[in-house]
Amino acid sequence: MLGRLDFSAIFAGPFAHLLVSGAIKTFELTATSWTLAVGLGVVLAVLRASGFPIATKAVAAFVAYHQNVPMLVQILLWYFGVPTLLPDAAQTWINAHDGELIFASIAVGLCMSAYFSEDLRSGLRSVHHGQQEAARSLGLSFFGTMRYVTLPQAIRNALPTFINHTVLLFKNTSLAMTIGAAEMTYVVREIENETFRTFEAYAVATLFYLAVSLGLMGLGALVEKRIQNQAR
Amino acid sequence: MLDIIRDNWLLLLVGQYPTGPLGGLVLTLILSVMGLLLSFPISIGIALCRTSPIRFLYVSSTVLVYIVRGVPLVMFVFWGYFLVPILVGHSVTAFTTLICTLIVYESAYLSEVVRAGIQALPKGQVEASRALGMGYWKTNLWVVMPQALYNMVPSIISQFVSIIKETSIGYVISVQELTFSANQVNNNLLTRPFPVFLILAITYFIVCFVLTQCAQHLERTITRKRSPKMTQLRSIANDSVLEGQ
Repeated sequence: MLGRLDFSAIFAGPFAHLLVSGAIKTFELTATSWTLAVGLGVVLAVLRASGFPIATKAVAAFVAYHQNVPMLVQILLWYFGVPTLLPDAAQTWINAHDGELIFASIAVGLCMSAYFSEDLRSGLRSVHHGQQEAARSLGLSFFGTMRYVTLPQAIRNALPTFINHTVLLFKNTSLAMTIGAAEMTYVVREIENETFRTFEAYAVATLFYLAVSLGLMGLGALVEKRIQNQAR
Repeated sequence: MLDIIRDNWLLLLVGQYPTGPLGGLVLTLILSVMGLLLSFPISIGIALCRTSPIRFLYVSSTVLVYIVRGVPLVMFVFWGYFLVPILVGHSVTAFTTLICTLIVYESAYLSEVVRAGIQALPKGQVEASRALGMGYWKTNLWVVMPQALYNMVPSIISQFVSIIKETSIGYVISVQELTFSANQVNNNLLTRPFPVFLILAITYFIVCFVLTQCAQHLERTITRKRSPKMTQLRSIANDSVLEGQ
């Protein structure tokens, strides 16, 4: 059915180099969008917990939009749509600085920040209300309470879904191929086009994604165990 | 933006349907419904394996679920594009490829939902029905599944929303669903990508948001029905406190 498998064709010469660069791009994308997503996610969750009606509503709308629109569509909107709204100077600057990567990071980061903020929110809800009351009555400010009392507990509670969503973020960076960011999936498609070694090329990419995803899940489980032990 | 909707709403809704292939939002919904219905029975099977006392079934189904969870959907779509024609023996349409891919991908994810539903049931239910002399299959069919499925309805709707969002990946292999249609509109107009893709995003948003709200409403109803009176009161009290702060 598949003929003889020949992985050496994939790893030969320029293709090995391409694969490595694809893997690096994927990690870059994951790192930038993860940082954006976690940072913004925490801010959104805190804003939502702050209780200002406008802030709460705005965050709810932000989360609803990003959870109910496919990430692919968000990436297309950012990459094809948003540049037309920017001034020319900004457009040329972005084009000169890896525009695909920038917009893919923004789109993936914003989308996942909605998920992370929801994780934290349910984490915050599971922290007993008395914790906050006690911290406030001991004289801690709202942010002090968040920083030292509620958030640490909330993060501990939110960790399992948080890890799941980190894996999801990593997997979804593959969508950046649709706008031509040369990450793993894109690179593998190129190699497949040139060598016609479809099975081998896809197998390499699949194993790459699988290894990193399982690695992240394992790492997450480890961290979870650690934190649970500390809490005791 | 309104003029784009006025000129292209038919293309976005049904594709080139009367004269050409069906597409647009209607195809997206057909794909999603088929994806859900076809993967659901498989997912129940996987979930039963995942909760099975037979070690072989448990291990193999767990491996399967973890593999699917660890690989991006795009990769699965490409695998489907490559493998389905080889397995079937003749070339297939992109539509069939996407359906097959969605079935594989979604059965694994849905099976986790089903498994959660099964495991959330109190152990006493299974023990009672076994004590009454019902076998494994009878217990699952008449005691576990009816309750688990009822409790799972909100999660299944959320999963349906995920499927709707995932069908947008069909754009990559030129299935003429909503995202593809919008891209066609964009190619026709050339100069106005922002409004076109915004319309696309809003369309998905409306469909998915309505379904998400339904799921949340149902979840509240089911929790209220299922929980004893006191815990119900307490949870409502807690909620209002947390929401109000």
